[in-house]
Amino acid sequence: MFDLDKWQEIFATIQKNKLRTILTGFSVAWGIFMLVVLLGSGVGLENGVKKQFEGDATNSISLYQGQTSMPYQGMQSGRPVQFTNEDFDRTRELVKQADHISARTGIKGTGIIAYKNQYGSFDIACVHPGTQYIEETDILEGRFVNETDIKDKNKVTAISTIVRDEIFKGKKPLGEFVKVSGVPFKVVGVFKDKNDRDNRRIYLPISTAQMIFNGSNKIYTVAFTTGDMTAEESVKTEELLRASFAKRHKFNVEDKRAIWIQNNLQNFVRMLGLFAGIRMFVWIIGIGTIIAGIVGVSNIMIIVVKERTKEIGVRKAIGATPGSIVGLILLESVLITGVAGYIGLVLGVGLLELMAPQFSSPDSYFLNPSADFRIAIGATILLIIAGTLAGLIPARKAAKIRPIEALRDE
Amino acid sequence: MNNVPIITISEVNKSYEVGNNKLHVLKGLNLTINEGEMISIMGASGSGKSTLLNILGILDNYDSGAYHLNNTFIQNLSEKKAAYYRNQYIGFVFQSFNLISFKNAMENVALPLYYQKVSRRKRNAIAMEYLDKMGLKDWATHMPNELSGGQKQRIAIARAMISKPKVILADEPTGALDSKTSLEVMDIFDEINAQGITIIIVTHERDIAERTKRIIHLKDGVIEQDYYKLN
Repeated sequence: MFDLDKWQEIFATIQKNKLRTILTGFSVAWGIFMLVVLLGSGVGLENGVKKQFEGDATNSISLYQGQTSMPYQGMQSGRPVQFTNEDFDRTRELVKQADHISARTGIKGTGIIAYKNQYGSFDIACVHPGTQYIEETDILEGRFVNETDIKDKNKVTAISTIVRDEIFKGKKPLGEFVKVSGVPFKVVGVFKDKNDRDNRRIYLPISTAQMIFNGSNKIYTVAFTTGDMTAEESVKTEELLRASFAKRHKFNVEDKRAIWIQNNLQNFVRMLGLFAGIRMFVWIIGIGTIIAGIVGVSNIMIIVVKERTKEIGVRKAIGATPGSIVGLILLESVLITGVAGYIGLVLGVGLLELMAPQFSSPDSYFLNPSADFRIAIGATILLIIAGTLAGLIPARKAAKIRPIEALRDE
Repeated sequence: MNNVPIITISEVNKSYEVGNNKLHVLKGLNLTINEGEMISIMGASGSGKSTLLNILGILDNYDSGAYHLNNTFIQNLSEKKAAYYRNQYIGFVFQSFNLISFKNAMENVALPLYYQKVSRRKRNAIAMEYLDKMGLKDWATHMPNELSGGQKQRIAIARAMISKPKVILADEPTGALDSKTSLEVMDIFDEINAQGITIIIVTHERDIAERTKRIIHLKDGVIEQDYYKLN
């Protein structure tokens, strides 16, 4: 394989037919280029959409209250459904597989948070400890709201980094008291959420908030993570919950507007399926393009063999074995596809690298398109196989050349 | 001249399919050539001389009969085996030289040794020796298209000689050369023959044939005449 003479001969023939070789190489380079760019873009799309899921656990189910849209048992449609603590308790009993569960409610009033003479308006979420996992918040300092806070109705709060920066202006927030609608809460933790929308927020224990601000048992939503549930099980759970809520709140089970259920697990699994589909589609297109390139190379190699018939005949007359002739043609074919493909690969990766900074906004559905190591390795293997395939037919043709016919003078 | 046969051909038949017809080219040919002979084969086109040369050179198979080359029975060999025997026993010289255009003179001469897996350095050194013998040492790095016909044929002869063959098969070796150069080439063949190498020349030029010791006339696939020239 690493035989200087063989390489010398290959370079000699390539040099004699520069234009032809370049044109052939171009078709292969183009195929690989397209494959890499398409796959990289697929990755970008995947990254972008996954980023949208990132702020929340990918296996969470959330229930939101809605309005009935069907008359039921003599009651008219358009009736609002109001969740209460009972809904939370029943859901917890019903969904045994849920590993984290939380209800959420807001507070009446302005939502002004104040520390000394600094204040600002932020989102106030009154939750159970499970929210930490459902929202996938990172605790940077201290802790999140915990079970003891819920039980004892402690006046504590976990604040986001944005709240910390705007209200505390660089001071250490832990142990300090902030006023939430005038009521002092002790800061026990600082968190950060990957999703920027959830980052202008403080969390309060739901029991404390209900006692202080509402004096009621009303909640807005119930959410939980589904543990090791499969997508099918999560859909079943949805149905179970719908039936349970319909019974309690007296609405038709078929009434999809009475409560809203967002099943992230199912969406996520669907999305994964979609990406698998896109990837397969891209590979099919890419491989199709490469096959076109291979056919081109194969064509050229057949012409090369034809042109070199006489030379191959001479070689055979002076002792070349068919194997050595096959090796010569195959090597040339692999070399052309390999080099051309590599150029395509580099250009494709280069384009992706150029594109990536344009698509780095976290809100975009298209993020960081890139070709990873696996794609490069896959493409390389594909190229070598392609080159061998392209050379195979012409090489066999060359090996079959009979010296007498080759050397006959016309 | 000793009487050890290097080539024995007995009752060899060969026919080609041409369309629906069968063209019987060699019709039960018998021929014995001894070691160290210099022999020319003559005949009109269609007489079967090229076919005979191809069979002798293991470039083509025959239908029936027997061909022994240096006591080896040659029939229906695999491509690999045929390549091996060609490389070991036979040197070819062609009318149109058939040098490889992108290799210089030295590399062309060295090529048979490449297929014997001789190292590059060693085979180039040996090639230089042979070029020197042909008086072409100074042309070693020239490409074939920079050489005259006579020079090209001398390089081709050097290439045929480098694997130390038992037999040299020359197919119209002077066909593309002027008469002066032709005579020079024949002188070289004489020298080679003096070293004991059997030389078989296919030609249709009488004065070239006259330079060999034995002349065979082929006609319609059989030997019409086979005689030794008396000097």
